[in-house]
Amino acid sequence: MSTDLPAGSPPVRVAFYNDPKIRAVVYQVALVAIVAFLVYAAASNAIANLQRAKIASGFGFWFNTAGFDISQTLISYSAQASTYGRAFWVGLLNTLLVAGFGVVLATILGFVIGIARLSTNWLVAKTATGYVETIRNIPLLLQLLFWYNAVLKTLPEMRDSIKIPGGIVLNNRGLFLPDPITGPGFHWVLFAFAAGILGSIVFYVWARKRQEQTGQQAPVFLTSLGLIVGLPLVVFALLGFPLTFGFPQAGRFNISGGMEILPEFAALLFGLSIYTAAFIAEVVRAGIRAVSRGQTEAAYSLGFRPQPTLRLIVVPQAMRVIIPPLTSQYLNLTKNSSLAVAIGYPDLVQVFTGTVLNQTGQAVEVVAITMAVYLTISLVTSLLMNIYNSRIALVER
Amino acid sequence: MTMSEGDLAVMEIRFVRGAMLDSKPPPASMRGAIGWLRENLLSSPFNIALTVIIALLLAWIIPDLLRFLIFDAVWTGADRDACLEGVQHRAIGACWPFVWERWPYFVYGSYPGPDRWRVDVFFVMLAIGVVWLLWLHAPRRDIGAIYFFVVLPISAFILLTGWRAIGLEPVDTVLWGGILVTIVVSWVGIVVSLPLGIVLALGRRSHMPAVRLFSITFIEFVRGVPLVTVLFMASVMLPLFVPEQYSPDKLLRALVGIALFASAYMAEVVRAGLQAIPKGQFEGAMAVGLNYPQRMRLIILPQALKITIPNIVNTYIGLFKDTTLVFIVGIFDFLHTVEISRIDPKWATPVTSTTGYAVAAIFYLIFCYAMSRYARATEARLALSDRR
Repeated sequence: MSTDLPAGSPPVRVAFYNDPKIRAVVYQVALVAIVAFLVYAAASNAIANLQRAKIASGFGFWFNTAGFDISQTLISYSAQASTYGRAFWVGLLNTLLVAGFGVVLATILGFVIGIARLSTNWLVAKTATGYVETIRNIPLLLQLLFWYNAVLKTLPEMRDSIKIPGGIVLNNRGLFLPDPITGPGFHWVLFAFAAGILGSIVFYVWARKRQEQTGQQAPVFLTSLGLIVGLPLVVFALLGFPLTFGFPQAGRFNISGGMEILPEFAALLFGLSIYTAAFIAEVVRAGIRAVSRGQTEAAYSLGFRPQPTLRLIVVPQAMRVIIPPLTSQYLNLTKNSSLAVAIGYPDLVQVFTGTVLNQTGQAVEVVAITMAVYLTISLVTSLLMNIYNSRIALVER
Repeated sequence: MTMSEGDLAVMEIRFVRGAMLDSKPPPASMRGAIGWLRENLLSSPFNIALTVIIALLLAWIIPDLLRFLIFDAVWTGADRDACLEGVQHRAIGACWPFVWERWPYFVYGSYPGPDRWRVDVFFVMLAIGVVWLLWLHAPRRDIGAIYFFVVLPISAFILLTGWRAIGLEPVDTVLWGGILVTIVVSWVGIVVSLPLGIVLALGRRSHMPAVRLFSITFIEFVRGVPLVTVLFMASVMLPLFVPEQYSPDKLLRALVGIALFASAYMAEVVRAGLQAIPKGQFEGAMAVGLNYPQRMRLIILPQALKITIPNIVNTYIGLFKDTTLVFIVGIFDFLHTVEISRIDPKWATPVTSTTGYAVAAIFYLIFCYAMSRYARATEARLALSDRR
């Protein structure tokens, strides 16, 4: 029996409603129609509701005077003269500030704990495990409230401030540090620092090239240390130490001078770093364990000593596994910094989605702008991540 | 057979042991507690230093913690005087009477007193559903799934919000609070996010460009923004998008926000599971003539979901912790009731805040730790069953 159709029989026809192509078109048209209808209904309702509530729409509010104070400003800002737009930038910079410091602290803490979990020392490994299991299973918001309300807010009042040697003052209004004041010619020190970094890079490239050609190694680490730390120090000394400190002067109710770290900032920074570090520790642990033991053994059998084995064989391979999830932890930290609103740190959400939204009532615009900011940060980071990933991805045979 | 002289000489100098000596135990320094200590704590100078540092750290933290939670804690009392150092003339740890008195508020919020049995019934029903689904030897787990995803939501809704026709007084959601709200929010998130997440994950892998574009946009958008902004959007923008008379109440808005947020994360988890299914499974299902819904329901999803269970549970842990964020849009979840109680003047003492936070921490720790243990046990079980 043949499965071929006899010659001359009509071509196989399926009913049009069984044709996958037609079905696909129908489904997609239906989806687009539903989405379009929902958007239209939402928009028309929003317009009607806004008109009834007499709320302006559009982005005109951006240039209106803000009229509220912000407790921490990295750029000049005043309640009377600055606009809502300025308040937005102040909030965004505060978000980036806490995220930046948080990423650095969380990375250091996370790597230490992640490596500690793999330690052969029983006590160290168990303590690190206990840390990760506890911190990961308590909501971040609870931790932030704890740091802020139960720790930092119970510090002494202004008059009984704790004075730490070195001119540091600590009380429930914040941590007050000496403020470095640069003298004339200090910019030369910065130039020297930049030149040191540049010089180290050049030396590294040269040393690597020489090693590839002749096999001779050069003391890259010591030279870089000398160039980056030593050179600025020499310039600093030659200029006659052009740097003084403005010490905080404790008054009865207020502190003048010095650099102030708000308790809100400190609580947010501690909370975010400690919380994210627990997740980074897991990422690091998984990354190191992903490098098989055979790699270390092969390196030893080639005559590598333990330190170069770690630096040249294990770490580069572990980093390939660690970096993508590490980046998403950095993104999580940045997004979690929006919990600042609960403890009153003036980040983007607190300033913009909180105060500005309440004052203007323009919910749609304000929330859209805030979301766009976070979305931009996320998308740019994932874009960079993808580029990096495609560069380091393992080339399989 | 006679032996020659030579054989006898050999026999005399032979050196073959006739009886074995008992093997000696390893040296005392390498076994028992001492050996363990040397091996695990004191193997090198660096390790000794680490051990000392960590031991000092623990000796600094743990006694203080125990003193606060147990030894110096106040166990009975009527008001703040019981927990004030100035009144009691001793070191004061946690103020437990504050927790005893506030516990009903922590559990039910402002839910009216005579109707609180309805909340208890809901908790029991939920517990039955959870055990039914998670306990592997439970009978008829398919009915359990229907119970959990269909029967329970409807009956819980009637039970908690009330229905005059069957004699249940309506209770406004404004009065809901405490652990009730935490459980309701996380449970709605769980029940909604799994099906919605599956649909979005399938949409993202669909061959229809419009469906794929819609899924990708939704998933990437929601995952790119913080939950706080999603909740703000739900609480301030949602009322604008519907006609005024249908304006949803506060809790419902937060539920919508949480459910959408969790769905996007769930979609990515499910997608990872779908990607792990070999192409041959899809092709084999097509070859036996199954259509798309049959392929997914009978072949692909059972396999994909099975390997994804640990990640799904991990997403639920995240979701459970994230429910605390409804605090920010003014809903009285467990953390919010703690936060309000700790500033109650009746109990205002220096230790009240820490006590409240300790209770909340223990609550979340127990739930999240239990879930993560379940995820890990499942992972181990699946790894075992997949070994061939």
